Amino acid sequence: MIDWLTIAIAAVAVAAGLLCIVAGLIGTRPNDLTLGATLLVALLLVVQLVVAIAAPAFGNNATGSVLEFYVYLVTAILLPPLAVLWALLERSSRWSTVVLGVATLAVAVMVYRMHQIWFVQVA
Amino acid sequence: MSTSDSNRRSQGLGRVLIILYGLLALAATGRSIFQLLDDFDKAPIAYSLSALAAVIYIVATIALLAPGELWGRVALITISFELVGVLVVGTLSIFDPVLFPAKTVWSFYGMGYAFVPLVLPVLGLLWLRRTRVPILNNRGLTDAAL
Repeated sequence: MIDWLTIAIAAVAVAAGLLCIVAGLIGTRPNDLTLGATLLVALLLVVQLVVAIAAPAFGNNATGSVLEFYVYLVTAILLPPLAVLWALLERSSRWSTVVLGVATLAVAVMVYRMHQIWFVQVA
Repeated sequence: MSTSDSNRRSQGLGRVLIILYGLLALAATGRSIFQLLDDFDKAPIAYSLSALAAVIYIVATIALLAPGELWGRVALITISFELVGVLVVGTLSIFDPVLFPAKTVWSFYGMGYAFVPLVLPVLGLLWLRRTRVPILNNRGLTDAAL
């Protein structure tokens, strides 16, 4: 796994999360910008998945539990699309935009945990 | 009218609560599965509690999503239980760390989860009160129409 890429994904997820939460709180319904930001996070996670699968072939192995890593990664990939679906079911509500933000912030936390599992092992 | 009751619980702000509950259910389930598999003997009470919390969060998420008065009651019970759980376990984990050597979602009032486990049940209970069946709360009807 690539250190800077993982940090960049987490940063994008935080930015998308804050954008959606603020947009939702000021009354914006889900729109191209907020839905797009959420889907961008999903796309980056797919890139992360490809990198994680390829990494061991280049001698880049996780220092922690590989199983735990993939549980986080797969869950994180599923979150943004589910949030988008959930938001589109009630398009007329600004709270649906907040839902997008909550999901992408959760992704950011999960990416941070993935980074820890791959690179830093305290135990 | 159970249909209107159901719709109101999972609409608007309710969606934000449901996704937060869903995420907490996910986090608690994940953590407890790894704890139970890895080293149950190290801290049986803490780990059993993690598993119990996980189940409670799952049921609460479903109860908020599901239609009808009965599920409303289930939501009320599980969310109240969470509030009691986080307060009791949070307090115990501070005064009796020996009993809780390992982290649970409720340790230190949910500090490891940005205190979401402490705030969420309060919001959940307020939300349930607001979306209660109209007959019981006429003012709540206009409030909830927000």
